[in-house]
Amino acid sequence: MNSLVFEIAHMLAASLVLISFVQLYQDRLYALLNTFALHSLALACSVAWQAYIQDAPHLYVTAAIALVFKAIVIPVVLHRIIQRLKIHREIETVVGIGLTMLAGIALVALSMVVMLRVTGGADPLARQDLAFALAVILLGLLLMVSRRNAVGQVVGFMSLENGLVLAATGAKGMPLVVEISVAFSILIAFIVIGIFLFRIRERFDTVDMQVLDRYRGERL
Amino acid sequence: MDPGSGHIVVLCCVAVLLGLALLAVFIGRQRPASTLVYGMSLAASSIAFAAALAHLVTQGISPATLTLPLGIPWLGANFRIDALAAFFLLVVNFGGAATSLYALGYGHHETSPGRVLPFYPAFLAGMNLVVLADDAFTFLLCWEFMSLASWALVMAHHRVKDNVSAGYVYLVMASFGTLALLLAFGLLAGPEGAYGFSAIRESAHTPLVTSLALMLVLLGAGSKAGLVPVHVWLPLAHPAAPSHVSALMSGVMTKVAVYAFVRVAFDLLGDTTWWQSMVVLLLGGATAALGVLYALMQHDLKRLLAYHTVENIGIIFIGLGLALAFQSNGMAAAAALALTAALFHVLNHSLFKSLLFFGAGAVLTSTGQRDMEHLGGLIRRMPWTSFAFLVGCVAISALPPLNGFASEWLTFQAILQSPDLPQWGLKFIVPAVGGLLALSAALAAACFVKAFGITFLGRPRSSAAESASEVDRFSRTAMFVLAGLCLLAGILPGIVIDTLAPVTQALVGGRMPLQADVPWLSIVPVAAARSSYNGLLVFIFIAFSGSLAAWIIHRLASRKVRRAPAWDCGFPNLSPRAQYSAGSFAQPIRRVFGTLVFRAREQVEMPPPGDLRPARLHLQLRDVVWDVLYAPVADAVSFTATRLNYFQSLTIRRYLSLVFLALVGLLLVLAIWL
Amino acid sequence: MALTVDFLVQGLQMALVLVAAPLLTGFVRKVRARLQRRRGPSLLQPYRDLYRLLRKEVVLAESASWLFRASPYLIFAFTWVAASLVPTFATGLVFSWTADLIAIVALLGSARFFLALAGLDVGTSFGGIGSSREAMIASLAEPAMLLIVFPLALVAGSTQLSTVAAFMASPQAGLSVSVGLALVAFIMVAIAENARIPVDNPATHLELTMVHEAMVLEYSGRHLAMIELAASMKLLLYASLLACLFAPWGLATSGMGAAAYAVGAASYVAKVTVIGILLAVFETAIAKMRVFRVPEFLGAALMLGLLATLFVFLSRSL
Repeated sequence: MNSLVFEIAHMLAASLVLISFVQLYQDRLYALLNTFALHSLALACSVAWQAYIQDAPHLYVTAAIALVFKAIVIPVVLHRIIQRLKIHREIETVVGIGLTMLAGIALVALSMVVMLRVTGGADPLARQDLAFALAVILLGLLLMVSRRNAVGQVVGFMSLENGLVLAATGAKGMPLVVEISVAFSILIAFIVIGIFLFRIRERFDTVDMQVLDRYRGERL
Repeated sequence: MDPGSGHIVVLCCVAVLLGLALLAVFIGRQRPASTLVYGMSLAASSIAFAAALAHLVTQGISPATLTLPLGIPWLGANFRIDALAAFFLLVVNFGGAATSLYALGYGHHETSPGRVLPFYPAFLAGMNLVVLADDAFTFLLCWEFMSLASWALVMAHHRVKDNVSAGYVYLVMASFGTLALLLAFGLLAGPEGAYGFSAIRESAHTPLVTSLALMLVLLGAGSKAGLVPVHVWLPLAHPAAPSHVSALMSGVMTKVAVYAFVRVAFDLLGDTTWWQSMVVLLLGGATAALGVLYALMQHDLKRLLAYHTVENIGIIFIGLGLALAFQSNGMAAAAALALTAALFHVLNHSLFKSLLFFGAGAVLTSTGQRDMEHLGGLIRRMPWTSFAFLVGCVAISALPPLNGFASEWLTFQAILQSPDLPQWGLKFIVPAVGGLLALSAALAAACFVKAFGITFLGRPRSSAAESASEVDRFSRTAMFVLAGLCLLAGILPGIVIDTLAPVTQALVGGRMPLQADVPWLSIVPVAAARSSYNGLLVFIFIAFSGSLAAWIIHRLASRKVRRAPAWDCGFPNLSPRAQYSAGSFAQPIRRVFGTLVFRAREQVEMPPPGDLRPARLHLQLRDVVWDVLYAPVADAVSFTATRLNYFQSLTIRRYLSLVFLALVGLLLVLAIWL
Repeated sequence: MALTVDFLVQGLQMALVLVAAPLLTGFVRKVRARLQRRRGPSLLQPYRDLYRLLRKEVVLAESASWLFRASPYLIFAFTWVAASLVPTFATGLVFSWTADLIAIVALLGSARFFLALAGLDVGTSFGGIGSSREAMIASLAEPAMLLIVFPLALVAGSTQLSTVAAFMASPQAGLSVSVGLALVAFIMVAIAENARIPVDNPATHLELTMVHEAMVLEYSGRHLAMIELAASMKLLLYASLLACLFAPWGLATSGMGAAAYAVGAASYVAKVTVIGILLAVFETAIAKMRVFRVPEFLGAALMLGLLATLFVFLSRSL
């Protein structure tokens, strides 16, 4: 029974990696937002399960924050932004989807190798969970790097933070105050990004970063 | 015949072949020369085949040697037959015999027999000698002899424009390969100059020497076999030769190159490290995937088959790489499995590739066309050839119950043994290579649907295809013998595995479980509980269920057939040009893989409305290896050569000062060192 | 005595697969119709269709060859042999050791090879469309399937279907990440291989959206009946594979009594019903993809299989 409990935690962490891959595959904006909502939902379930295993009630608060803010509020707000700004709803990728997914697999392999080398004699499931968390972080970064649309980059940033939360809860050591301050700083960052998106859209009529690159000023 | 003297018998057959070559120089142009040469080659190859088989089956591991007083005085010419040599002699001579049988019929269509007949027996002799050679000097001499004989055969039709450049590229690559092998043997022989293989086997080599020698042999043997990136000559040269020679080059000469690699890597070197096997695995995987993708883009039938040889060589090297990886980690049973899979594939490939080239030769003889875009509908005009070609296509696509599937299945089982490998690099590379192997197997099936479908099925696309006729008895017999063997090797793979057991025992010190003990003639790679495959029963089931269904339906349901024009959704287009062509069949796959791998670009030129000109589709494919590797090397060479031209036109004083400087330099070196 | 029972069970399995396949097709159509608020054809309609086709005369194109006439029987034979080897209500069948998972995948590949050749045989453009698209789909679906077989075989220690099923039913399997990924990839590949939405529409009449239907466009009468039956058997094969590999509870092993077989049969019927309902729901909820999105879809399945294999390799080192 005990090992089944740990295996469920392991499966939830792996489902987060799977949903990150599904995020990489999306090329429509609304679908990407829905996938991100699913990502945060999976994170909330994983953190709640960790709270149950470790008997740490403050993690329930973390799970609630993840659920309310990142699974509900942020996708709805981003939805509204997209509708207000009439942003172009297909996301162009820098390289094709196939190559992006191959790069994703390479990143997962890399994070597994790094984590399994660094954590020496710990419990195998915990080591793999940390490897999954690092993989989610790297996949979030890959999402940011491989999308030309600003909203895609924002989603990548958010899922990167999901990975951080997963790592922190897995490591069994993060106090609540750190979690709340991290969550609030992300929220502030998000509000600032939202404001900038509006300004950029007003000024340049587009949020495609490659187009904006032309307006950078003198090039040396 | 005493089994211990197998090598003497083979050497006698080689002598017969060489004599035949000499004779053909004089009588090559006359009518009966073709029958005489090919008939005698058939006899000689068959005898050599029987001797090799006898040695492999009866003698097993104990080798026999012979030294002839030719060549270097203190070395002589050493020849040796052991289990590995016997197996490859079997492959070489069987291919030679089948090709000679085919050529008894095909050779009469040869327009310049005087350029082909002398070199054909020489080529066969050269290949036999390479496999038998037991010291570096004999080996390299016979290797060059084999290359030159095949070069002469490639240049036989030298009036065709592309053949001359193909021959040139072949010559350059063959010289490069020999150079690499020369350096490798030089390293292995060491400063004392112990060139005999037995001496090399016994001496201990430093790890640096071992790695360098292995890389050089990989380059040298790989260039003859067709490993990426030194494969570029193969698709140019193999189609240029006459069809029976193409079959020999693709089906047999590439195996001689594989023999060279196996001999050095497993026998002469001894200890290999795991990262060397990683290089072999990566090269094998890349070769397999690239070869089949190139093959899919071709519409010349022989060039498609030549590129496909590259893919199969990749599969063989994947098996060899796995065997090296297992051997370096001491897993003898798994190494035996991987090595058996690779060698089984060697045998299978020589069988079905020769069959396919014979079919292509038959099509070329009947229609004068090699381009699939001008063929079609040949299944009605050439029924026997098309049936044999179909068997070859099914075999090469690794479909059960034929032999291609048996060797591919064994390779997959070997890959499934690999999680026990401890090194991290291997843990990543092996699943990736397994994925590449699966991908290339699926693409090969697509490639041969295209090859058979466009060439033989559908409606004829040109008058040449409409007026084709069946080929002669000898060609057909050769093709059917090979097709029958493909089926037999697929149904009874246990026999082949047991025959290969002495080879793996000698090379990696392990063997697969005795297949003759397994009930019902299944094959069991590791243990019966893990997995097994029974080709015979699968074949019987398929035949039984197909015939049962046909019989029941014909008895109980309708049997009526009515011929009518094709339905084609009510828009039957009478022109055969409305069918799919080779380029259009490959278009979806080209869109998926081609833009990345070949920088494939399609450009449509559409005339404006009202203009009656046809639209044009321009397809541009670039071979990445040419652009990335060969073009810069060629540029660097010509740059250096242009710079060095300076030395061609110096004054006498300058030349004298060069000599003077060299002399002073050497004296300085002596002074500093002594 | 035990040997005759085993032979009987194997024969029963072969007959079951043949007889139940059209029922599954009819069931999926019925559920789809109900979800679309139609009444739908009766559950036995596929049987009536087959009976009708078998009695009709075959209209052969003038340019069709012997391969065109032989292919339906070959395709049927390959598919039937493969389907008979996948455990449905019992594992450890008498002939289960003749072909393992890799051989079953390859047998289906043989069937597809001959189907593609038949598409090219008559020499029409629609046959060419179907064959070339099928070649593209197969070139990605088959490696994806093999990369699903790898992690399952590595986790269970064998490629033999009965061994894998027995392992997954035993408590030592646990919840494995690789198996979960393999399950997702398997569902994607199964949809592609059976020519269901979103890869191909089995009920379309628009030629440019066809893949499987375009290859069999020229077939009629008993030949078409054979091919349709083979396609239904392939769907049943994939449903049985899904049930046996990922949900193997309730399977009877050889040597148990008649009660165990009855339990096995009941659980098999339940699993296939659930799978049929899920397939119908999925097909109704999603639209067909553009043809050139299919390689990305299958590429994703291939990547998931590769990822699952990597996980198994890496977790062995712990």
